[in-house]
Amino acid sequence: MEELILAIVSPLIDHPEEMTIEKREEEHKDIYRLFLHSDDIGKVIGKQGRVAKAIRTIVTAANADHSKKVYVEIAE
Amino acid sequence: MKEVTTVGQTVEEALQSALQQLDTTEEQVEIDVLDEGKKGLFGLFGQRPASVRVRKKADPIEESTAYLLSIAAQLGVHPDIQVEKTGKHVRFSLSGERIALLIGKRGQTLNALEQLTQLVINRYSTNFIHFTLDAENYRERREETLVALARKMAKKALVTGKPVRLEPFPSFERKVIHKALAENRQVRTFSEGKEPRRYIVIEPKSV
Repeated sequence: MEELILAIVSPLIDHPEEMTIEKREEEHKDIYRLFLHSDDIGKVIGKQGRVAKAIRTIVTAANADHSKKVYVEIAE
Repeated sequence: MKEVTTVGQTVEEALQSALQQLDTTEEQVEIDVLDEGKKGLFGLFGQRPASVRVRKKADPIEESTAYLLSIAAQLGVHPDIQVEKTGKHVRFSLSGERIALLIGKRGQTLNALEQLTQLVINRYSTNFIHFTLDAENYRERREETLVALARKMAKKALVTGKPVRLEPFPSFERKVIHKALAENRQVRTFSEGKEPRRYIVIEPKSV
């Protein structure tokens, strides 16, 4: 899943080398927290959160056959 | 190969050899002259070859197809991409096995991929490119479905004499529905609510 998130996000941003993903597992959900360069946060969220929503849509599609929910959070 | 460093007796010579190695033309590269070179005295002493570093400029279509393929590969799908370019409009059509995974429920995955790929293609393009992503003719089939739905719901509005509210659709799909009923003189259509839950209302025209 981390690789998918990397494949989606890193071509969109200016500082891919500063991006890290932290995974937190809870009982019914996996949470992926993206740490980004402050200049890149807006790019990954987009107007009205449209880009973030598109990223989540694809991550959810990739997760279709698993029972756990997947969350993607964006942080500085 | 994206970048080479070459030497030659002159900058021009080094450049030509680089272009040959990259199999490209001068318009499609960025050039750094590393060393102008020196002819030297009588061509003997203090001679230094010219040296250039030549990098292929990123091509928006190449970058965006690679982007799309890398995401698809992570989803376990390896589609063929057919590229159509007309003016500032670029259209990719995906085909192959397990394409449904890239379309998703009501095309939501396809729409998400379209949106993200549009960002990538425009990152590498100097002019704005309008990008459409299609898969196995999904867009056309979807349009037919929407037109059929529009006609059916217009009929329902007329029979019941009451406005019919549709489910929320993205703006380009609402456009298809509005257009399908634009010529129908018995009903009028408008949208209500806020994105992304904006929906169409079909209302019988009172005489």
